[in-house]
Amino acid sequence: MTDQRLSQLRQLEAESIHIFRDAVSQFENPVLLYSIGKDSSVLVRLAQKAFYPGKLPFKLLHIDSTWKFREMIRFRDEFCAWEGLDLVVHHNAEGKAAGVNPFDYGSRKYTDIMKTQALLQALTAGKYDVAFGGARRDEEKSRAKERVFSFRDRHHQWDPKNQRPELWSLFNGRINSGESVRVFPLSNWTETDIWQYIRLENIPLVPLYFAAERPVVERDGTLIMVDDDRMRLLPGETPEYRMVRFRTLGCYPLTGAIESTATTVEEIVEEMLQTRVSERSTRVIDHDGDSSMEQKKREGYF
Amino acid sequence: MDIEGFLDQHENKDLLRFITCGSVDDGKSTLIGRLLYDSKLLFEDQIRALHNASAAIGTTRETGEIDYALLLDGLKAEREQGITIDVAYRYFSTPKRKFIIADTPGHEQYTRNMATGASTASLAVILIDARQGVLTQTRRHAFIVSLLGIRHLVVAVNKMDLVGYSQQRFEEIRQEFDEVLAKLDFADVTYVPLSALKGDNVVERSERLPWYTGPAILDYLETVDVGDQRNESDFRFPVQSVIRPNLDFRGFAGSVVSGVVRQGDRVRVLPSGKESTVERIVTYDGDLEEAFAPQAVVLVLADEIDISSGDMIVLAGNLPRVTNQFEAMLVWMNEAELGKGKPYILRQAGRNTKATVGALSYQVDVNTLQKESKDTLRLNEIGKVTVFTTQPIYHDPYTRNRQTGSFVLIDPISNTTVAAGMIAEGVVSDPPVEESFRNPDLLQQHIDRREIRWDTGEVTGRERTLRNHHRGKALIVVGGENGAGRSLAKRVERELFRRNLNSYYLGVTNLQGGLDADLGSGVTAGDEHLRRLGELARIMTDAGLIFISALPEADEVDLDKLRLLGQPNELLVVALGQGAGARHADLCLAGTSGDEKQILAILELLSAQSVIPEYCI
Repeated sequence: MTDQRLSQLRQLEAESIHIFRDAVSQFENPVLLYSIGKDSSVLVRLAQKAFYPGKLPFKLLHIDSTWKFREMIRFRDEFCAWEGLDLVVHHNAEGKAAGVNPFDYGSRKYTDIMKTQALLQALTAGKYDVAFGGARRDEEKSRAKERVFSFRDRHHQWDPKNQRPELWSLFNGRINSGESVRVFPLSNWTETDIWQYIRLENIPLVPLYFAAERPVVERDGTLIMVDDDRMRLLPGETPEYRMVRFRTLGCYPLTGAIESTATTVEEIVEEMLQTRVSERSTRVIDHDGDSSMEQKKREGYF
Repeated sequence: MDIEGFLDQHENKDLLRFITCGSVDDGKSTLIGRLLYDSKLLFEDQIRALHNASAAIGTTRETGEIDYALLLDGLKAEREQGITIDVAYRYFSTPKRKFIIADTPGHEQYTRNMATGASTASLAVILIDARQGVLTQTRRHAFIVSLLGIRHLVVAVNKMDLVGYSQQRFEEIRQEFDEVLAKLDFADVTYVPLSALKGDNVVERSERLPWYTGPAILDYLETVDVGDQRNESDFRFPVQSVIRPNLDFRGFAGSVVSGVVRQGDRVRVLPSGKESTVERIVTYDGDLEEAFAPQAVVLVLADEIDISSGDMIVLAGNLPRVTNQFEAMLVWMNEAELGKGKPYILRQAGRNTKATVGALSYQVDVNTLQKESKDTLRLNEIGKVTVFTTQPIYHDPYTRNRQTGSFVLIDPISNTTVAAGMIAEGVVSDPPVEESFRNPDLLQQHIDRREIRWDTGEVTGRERTLRNHHRGKALIVVGGENGAGRSLAKRVERELFRRNLNSYYLGVTNLQGGLDADLGSGVTAGDEHLRRLGELARIMTDAGLIFISALPEADEVDLDKLRLLGQPNELLVVALGQGAGARHADLCLAGTSGDEKQILAILELLSAQSVIPEYCI
C-alpha cells in the first residue's frame, strides 16, 4: 500500500493533464502556441503525458517575429524533429516585407505587428477554436485573475468583463462559430515549480537559459545580446563578452540578459532565490507603461 | 540547506488551497500582502514598485508605512475604483507547504465570486475587523463557504492594534460568531487575533497578544490537516478521451476524481452498464498498480467495450446515483434571472447534457440564513431547486463527493456560465402520474420532464413539413348532438386527404377497446382516457399528421389539459353549438347543419394558422 498523496508538483502535473484532455474533448480544432521558452517546453511535456501512448492530437504553432535568437530557432527545429512534433511556423509577411524592426518602430509597435498581428493572422488562418498557451497566473499582477479557459471574441479580443465564472474543474468550452478560447494549463504553476519540473523531468531547454560568454552591449541598464549583424549599435557601443544568461526568451533586441554564472538548473534556482528580480522585469515590453501587459492582453497578445 | 535539498523539499511539499473572505475594509489584502511579503516571495522590483506606489497612492501614505494591499490589485479599472471585483489567485510557499489563495472580495453583489473561489478551496479564512465585530457580510461569508463544502475555517480577528489588543473584545467576537457557526457544518474552527498591518500573529506569535496561546495564522495554515475533504472510498473516473494510437492499444484517458482503482479491479461502465476488469493503469512514466485522486491516467480494460468521452468508469460494487432529476442548491451567477422551464446546458463530471430547472423549493437569504419562498433566482441569490436533465447523469451528493456532486448551468444562447449547483442528498422521484394530472402546475412539470427526455429521431419537424407540405396538428371537435361532431371530423379528414394532406381520424371509442382496455369507467378512468388521448395527439402531431378526433362532452378543463399535453404543438378546437367547450374554442360553428361551409371554415382556419397551404383553385 503506497501513501495515497501526491506532492504539490505531481498535483499540478495532474491538473494540467486534466485541463489538456478536457479542452481536447470540448473543441474541434486545437493548437498549442509554442514559444520555444521553458514554459513551452514544460507545456509540451505535459501534453505528451496527457495523450500518451498516443501522439499529440494537435499541432504546435510558433509565431516567428523574425527577430528571435538564432539559438532558439535551432533548438525549436531540433526539438520538434526529435520529439516527432507537428510544427507550424508563421510570420507576418507584410510586416517583414515592410522591414518592421524593433529599432525603427519601437518595441510597442514592433511587438504589435510582428507578434500580436502575426498571431491573430495565424489563428484566423488555421480556424483554431482553442489555443493552448503557457501563461501562468504568478507572472504578472494582471494575470492573477485570468481564467484557465479564457474566452476570446471573433476578433480574438479578451474582455475582462466578459469572462465566465470557473468553478471546480468544470470548464465551459461552449463558443459560437468564429469565437475561440485560450487555455492555460500552467495557470497554477509558479516560476519555481517550472524549474523544479524541468529538473525532475530532465526537460531539454534552449542553451540561452544557462550562463555562457556572450557578446552584449549595455543599454539603459539592460544587457542586450548582439545576436546577429542586424543589431544596431549606438555611437560608443562596443559588444563585449560577458558571462550572461536569460531568464525569459523573446526577440533578442528586446530581451535583457542578466550576469550570471549559473550553468545548471540547480544553480539557476539558487540564483533566482538570491537575486529576487521577478521574471518579466527583463522583458523590455513590460516597461512601456503601467498596466502595459493588460493592454496587450486586451489586444490579443498574451 | 543546499540547493538540491531545497528543490527536493519544494517538489515534495503538499499543497493547501484556501480562500480569503472579507471586504476592503477588513484588511484582507493587507493580510495576503503581508503573507507574501513575509514569506519572502516578492522580488526586488516588485518591492521597489510597492514602496513607490505606497508613497504615491497608498492608503498608508500619511504614516509612511507600506501599503501591502497594493501588491494585489490586478486590473486597471479595479485599481482605479479601489476595489477588487473578481477572484484573484495568489501563490506563495514556505518550507512546509505551497499555498494557493483564492482572493475574493466581500461585497454583497459578489456572492458569485466567493462561490467560485471556494469551489476549489479546502479551507477558508474569514476576516473580521475587531472594531466592527460580526457583520452581516461575515455571516454571509460563513454560509457560502459552508455551502461550498469547506469544512475548515480560520476566523482572523484583524486590526487588534486598533482595539488595544483587548482580549475581552476578542472573546466577545468569538462568542458572537460561535452562535452563527452553530447553524453551519464545519469540522473545525480556529480563531486568531492579529494585526495584518503591524504583523502581529501573521508569521510569528506576537508579544503584544500574550493572552493568546494558539499559533500565528501562517503557522496554523502550514500544519492544518485537511485530508478529510477527500473522498477516498468511491472510485469515479469520468472518461475524457479514448487513446487509440494503433490497433493493439485502446485506453481510456481521464482523472481519478475520487477513490482508488487497482489493477484487476472489476469495473462497470456507465451508461452501458457493461462490466470488465482493469488490465493496466498506463502513464507516460510507466504502468501503475493503483491510481488515486487526483491522478490523471489511462485505463486499459480486459474486454472490448464501447466507451466514449463523457462515460464514467466506476467500481462494479460501488455505483453512483444515475438519475435525470435531482435536487440541488443553486448559486445564480448571471444578470438574467433563472428561467423556469428554460433550456440550459448542464455540465457535470466532464459531460454536457440539456437540462431545465423546475420548482424553486426555497431561497436562502444569505444575510439572515432564513429560508424564503420566492419565484425565481436572481444574480447572487441562492436557492434549492429540482433539476431535470435529458440524459441521466452519474452523480453523488455534493457533501459526499465534491467532484461528482457539482455542476454548472450554461445558457445555450450566450454560452456563459449562469449558475453553479451542488447536488443534494435526497432522492427525487416523479409524483404519480394520476396526481400530476389533477394539478395544472404538476402537469406542466410532468410535461417539462417528458419534453426534456424526449428522444428525437434523425428527421426534424421542419423536414417533415417540407416533405408533407403541411404541418402536424391536432384538431378536436367538441359539442354537436347525435354524432354531428364525429361526422364533421370524418368529413374534414376526407377533405384533407383529398387534397393530398396526411390526415387521420381517431374515434375515441376505438381506444376503449384497445389502448384503454385496462381502464374501467368512472371519474379517475375518465381522466386517464383523456391523458392517453392527449399523449397520442402529441405523438401523432410530432409524426407530422393532422390528427382529428371528436369529444362531444369535453369541457374547458378537459381542453386545457389536452392543450398542456399537446405541447409543444398547439391544439385546435372547433365547437359545434354552444356546449361546454365552446368558450375555449378556436372556431364556433352553428350546431347541426354539417354542410360544406363548415368544412371550408375549418380548412380556412388551418390555412390561416399555416398548418396547410392556402387553397388554390
